[in-house]
Amino acid sequence: MTDTDLTTARRSLAVPDLSLVVLIGTTGSGKSTFARRHFLPTQVVSSDVCRGLVADDENDQSATPDAFDVLHYIAGKRLAAGRLTVVDATNVQPEARRSLIRLAREHDVLPVAIVLDVPEAECVRRNAARPDRAGMPTHVIPRQRRELRRSLKSLEREGFRKVHVLRGPEEVEAAEITTERRYNDLRHLTGPFDIVGDIHGCRSELETLLGRLGYVLRRDERGRPVDASHPEGRTAVFVGDLVDRGPDSPGVLRLVMGMVASGAALCVPGNHENKLGRYLKGRKVQVTHGLAETVEQLEREHTEDPEFGDRVRVFIESLISHYVLDGGALVVCHAGLPEKYHGRTSGRVRSHALYGDTTGETDEFGLPVRYPWAQDYRGRAAVVYGHTPTPVASWLNNTICLDTGCVFGGRMTALRWPERELVDVPAERIWYEPVKPLTNEAPGGSEGRPLDLGDVRGRRVVETRHMGRIAVKEENAAAALEVMSRFAVDPRLLGYLPPTMAPCATSTEEGYLEHPAEAFAAYRADGVREVICEEKHMGSRAVALVCRDEEVARKRFDAPDGVSGMVYTRTGRPFFDDPALTETVLRRVGRAVEGAGLWQELDTDWLLLDAELMPWSLKAAGLLRSQYAAVGAASRAVLPGVLTALEGAAARGVEVSGLLDKHRGRAADAAAFTDAYRRYCWPVDGLEGVRMAPFQILAAQGRSLAALPHDQQLALIDRMVEADAPGDGTPEREQPLLVPTRRLIVDTEDDASRAAGTQWWLDLTAAGGEGMVVKPLQGFVRKGDGRLVQPGVKCRGREYLRIIYGPEYTRPDNLDRLRVRHLGHKRSLALREYALGLEALDRLADGEPLWRVHEAVFAVLALESEPVDPRL
Amino acid sequence: MFLTITTTGTDERPATDLGFLLHKHPDKAQRFSTSHGTAHVLYPEATPQRCTAALMLEVDPVALVRRGRGKGRGGAPDSALAQYVNDRPYAASSLLAVALSNVFSSALRGQCKARPELPVRPLPLRIEVPALPARGGAELVERLFAPLGWTVTAEPVVLDEEFPEWGDSRYVRLVLEGELRLADALRHLYVLLPVLDDAKHYWVAPDEVDKLLRSGEGWLEDHPEQRLITSRYLARRWSLTRNALERLELARLAEADDTEVEEIDNAVAETTEESGAEGDGDGTPATGGGVGDGETADAGKPVPLAVQRREAILEALRGTESARVLDLGCGQGQLLAALLKDVRFTEIVGVDVSMRALNETARRLRLDRMSERQSARLKLMQGSLAYTDSRLRGYDAAVLCEVIEHVDPPRLPALEYAVFGAARPRAVVLTTPNVEYNVRWETLPAGKARHPDHRFEWTREEFRGWARQVAERHGYTVEFRPVGPDDPEVGPPTQLALFRLGEGDPGTDGGTSADHSTSTSNSTSTSNSGTETISTTTAKEAAA
Repeated sequence: MTDTDLTTARRSLAVPDLSLVVLIGTTGSGKSTFARRHFLPTQVVSSDVCRGLVADDENDQSATPDAFDVLHYIAGKRLAAGRLTVVDATNVQPEARRSLIRLAREHDVLPVAIVLDVPEAECVRRNAARPDRAGMPTHVIPRQRRELRRSLKSLEREGFRKVHVLRGPEEVEAAEITTERRYNDLRHLTGPFDIVGDIHGCRSELETLLGRLGYVLRRDERGRPVDASHPEGRTAVFVGDLVDRGPDSPGVLRLVMGMVASGAALCVPGNHENKLGRYLKGRKVQVTHGLAETVEQLEREHTEDPEFGDRVRVFIESLISHYVLDGGALVVCHAGLPEKYHGRTSGRVRSHALYGDTTGETDEFGLPVRYPWAQDYRGRAAVVYGHTPTPVASWLNNTICLDTGCVFGGRMTALRWPERELVDVPAERIWYEPVKPLTNEAPGGSEGRPLDLGDVRGRRVVETRHMGRIAVKEENAAAALEVMSRFAVDPRLLGYLPPTMAPCATSTEEGYLEHPAEAFAAYRADGVREVICEEKHMGSRAVALVCRDEEVARKRFDAPDGVSGMVYTRTGRPFFDDPALTETVLRRVGRAVEGAGLWQELDTDWLLLDAELMPWSLKAAGLLRSQYAAVGAASRAVLPGVLTALEGAAARGVEVSGLLDKHRGRAADAAAFTDAYRRYCWPVDGLEGVRMAPFQILAAQGRSLAALPHDQQLALIDRMVEADAPGDGTPEREQPLLVPTRRLIVDTEDDASRAAGTQWWLDLTAAGGEGMVVKPLQGFVRKGDGRLVQPGVKCRGREYLRIIYGPEYTRPDNLDRLRVRHLGHKRSLALREYALGLEALDRLADGEPLWRVHEAVFAVLALESEPVDPRL
Repeated sequence: MFLTITTTGTDERPATDLGFLLHKHPDKAQRFSTSHGTAHVLYPEATPQRCTAALMLEVDPVALVRRGRGKGRGGAPDSALAQYVNDRPYAASSLLAVALSNVFSSALRGQCKARPELPVRPLPLRIEVPALPARGGAELVERLFAPLGWTVTAEPVVLDEEFPEWGDSRYVRLVLEGELRLADALRHLYVLLPVLDDAKHYWVAPDEVDKLLRSGEGWLEDHPEQRLITSRYLARRWSLTRNALERLELARLAEADDTEVEEIDNAVAETTEESGAEGDGDGTPATGGGVGDGETADAGKPVPLAVQRREAILEALRGTESARVLDLGCGQGQLLAALLKDVRFTEIVGVDVSMRALNETARRLRLDRMSERQSARLKLMQGSLAYTDSRLRGYDAAVLCEVIEHVDPPRLPALEYAVFGAARPRAVVLTTPNVEYNVRWETLPAGKARHPDHRFEWTREEFRGWARQVAERHGYTVEFRPVGPDDPEVGPPTQLALFRLGEGDPGTDGGTSADHSTSTSNSTSTSNSGTETISTTTAKEAAA
């Protein structure tokens, strides 16, 4: 690897394109001239210049320590940014070089030494010609030369990966610098690639996988695969761990070595290759973790082909620990790599690439605990790696682990690049019993790792695709943590929480606080022409995860036995206290989905539904009794007595007419209030009396349906409602569970259409309806400036709002004061929660690990605890 | 917001003297501005035979809310919808009491300049309060007013005639009849209306409390319910302060779900008037306070079960020679207090999911006044056993005292993994109720859990089955100990499991994951000798 050049007078000096070049030579040896000739002025950091910077005098030796601080600082900044840097200083003393080598290692670049070995006389002559150095003591140059001579032999040992020595002015004069690519820099290769995860001796599965990927295998005379190529010229990339544990590590090596040799494949080493390499070199290693199998297999191979072991050793020694590919868009290595190590060259980069980031701890199975580096990854390049067996390969922050535990009976997985398609084949059998089960029972355990407090605790920022970064405050996360931990359903069944919804702008219409005119006007202003008015059911919000059967729930959501889904409230609590009732509802809804043919049509075996469950009294009984009915009861108890008293006083001739009128009005308001809540209450018995109005299908297997236009949504749901068949009981007695959602499409630009919308709302609310929700028909809409449009606004009926604003809110003096509503925060909150909800659905649909879905769901819950006027 | 005061009289002593007593002329309707709205006084009838004065307070709910805005007013405009839709405009609450004292201030003091002889004279009085919010119901109303010389009629008001299944409201229609001095009658109302009011959501300024207590002079000292009356006031002030400062986030989440905040924000038991007076503040363990202690049922026993449980836990911990200890689900810190008293516990971490519980712990332990040396041993943090938590790794022992029964059974596997798989202390001490013993609690109705938040209570067999599986799955050994009297038939009231990380801990070889070439040695196995070691240690430390 090193290029020591002490004898021949080669003119070309190879310098890696990212390295720290240390010039070494006595004063007057021509370093600055050399640097000027071969490097950009900005690439060179000179000790003389730094001395000048700190002391106004390039020769002030007392400023040397400060000058070198500055030099190291500048060089460090350049190296951190990935820029070639040349240090122009005498560097004849080992201490000076040591600090520079340390600097190079800190930034994971190679240190390169270029020695200018120029005779003393020449140096003296040059210095004499420079007036600023005229005062230099005569012993300086001889001392520096002595130090230089002593250093020459030890430069490589000190850590320089290349050492170029130029003897005499002629060689210095004749030298040329050739920058060379680092070994790991294959940015010029653009593929397309097929990146293959951990193999572990599973030769047969590898053959099948390559076949699936379209490679054509070439076999030797004994039928063993020795090479493979792709007719379209694709390149295979192996992420390492070709060997150990499995049945045919030599067979895998033979095939991969053949493909690498023929140029059909690239390969990075895994920790298992590294260990095998050390074993083959005769080092003492523990023959554990499946190496025993490989050793045995290689010994058998040895009897037929004595040179095979040597070829393997050479192959392993030739492997580069990571590659940067495809113009820098792709990084492949065995155990993952943070961005600051991409393209770098140092021992610790190699170590990370081979072993990952271990914390030094061991888990309950005695295995090293790995630091989840990928969670912090924010790099531009996609990092594709293996090493840690996971049940399913999934993207996380632009990284993906392809080790799906084939040797443990899982699958062997490949990633097509740049298509980003996953191709996998199942293991033919369990080749090796894992010590640690691939999954554990904790939520998320089957998808990599269980939920961790770090996913949700404290102040957090959640990255969303539709609204960028959304912050969650610490106090809100704290409240959400309590509710989520103590009351919510199992997070595996909680893939979504509904966002809050803002009301329309406050109406100035006489007697109204909310009116459809405002909603239509707002959407029109946002450029939304078609809106859908949906009847707002007055019950309690319910999200239903409906699986086709328990088996689906178990497979897709890791649900326990006897659970085929979940019905939960807007804070994630089980909607029904009795799990049996939940199952009854789910079966009923499932049959409706089945009857409507939606399983086939949406190509799914589960659905996530947003719905309203009625009556209101079903879930809000406590609140009704303690608050709403109580207010009604108090008013009925007191107002007749008040009226009697006032009438008595009036009869006596006391002037109370104003008070009497006012209180007759208050009695009427109180009665209207009682009527308002009574409409939403009726008794239920089991499922009897319960009504469910689904109004959106949120997600199905593999896709979020949040952007499906609402008319299409409701058309699908209408079919469910039609198909809703009562269960096993007597059909004539049982009532339907599912009820439809009435709606009207309004053109916001059309006066007649808007008037029709308003009339529709007036009729709806006059008949006791809560009101309506106005949504852009297209579901998901952005404004001209790219910002999200409110996904819906509510227009609540005049009578319904008594429940919200109090019995007497319609009195003109009250209305005037209540019109000051400060809607801004509510609107912002609604949009943020909407974006988080969409994010949760996208992550769920993409099959991302549970913690990713939960992060977004948790954030919705946390935001729900932000301070905002609850009447909105 | 409405009450009437009626008296009867004769031509010699006309009932209309009530007008002099109240300083309000019977032939006028008068209005007064009070801090919570406009009060009106008028007389529906005024004859020498019978005179009725009506006090009516028009509460403006919109203004009530608006007043709450801004700092330092104790109001929380966005905290709960209850602020906007509430019974204040109708019910005879503390607001009416305040109006009463404003409008009838001299009558309340027993002063009447025009007719000084009147106030000292008892009158035949009939007071009607048609909508009186009465926490404790008609029965408590009777207990509060009857000892003061009133004949009490208190009829519950039905919540909603259309929904008879909802039962009665918290209001009663109250009629008081008796021969009393008017000033005394007014002072009774002034103090007892707020006592009966269940208005947890409203703020009353501290000086009003002082005024209330002054109004109790002459009758409150000897009242049989004196302690209840005063402590309701103290408890009320405390809970109001809490309301304003702590429960907003949770209140909003409760509201989002159309549930009452108490249903969610219940990690710290409300201090009731009965226990509040005795147990609060000085951290005496008698009340136990926290969720799920079940020890109120144990009041007859010489040593409360909670104390016995803590002793058993401490003994188990000492046996494991643990110095760094986690109290997972520390509640209000009763166990932490006990741990702090033993210096062998050098690092004590209290973890709870409830911020309110942690704040209450800090308050009870007087964390802000604790010496640095002492407080350095203690750390409180919010955490949740529904998640793995790297901060909990590497401790000697973890205690889960009466915790698992507060977790829904489907979520127990998460707790199990978080404690035994991820945090992985050398020892785990875990207690939970033994449901079999419930038949021995005389006060506990059959089939009822010991605490409303208990998601389950296990038999000994169920608990042991679970614990053994947990131990096996995670490489622990487990032993079981009784806590409290070990009944031959139904076992002890509390069951305790002591888990220790076993020698049979797997993991010396193999694995699904990478094998670092610089092989990691397994450092987890430890030897835990039995009781002999324990006693030696104890003896040594005693000697030292």
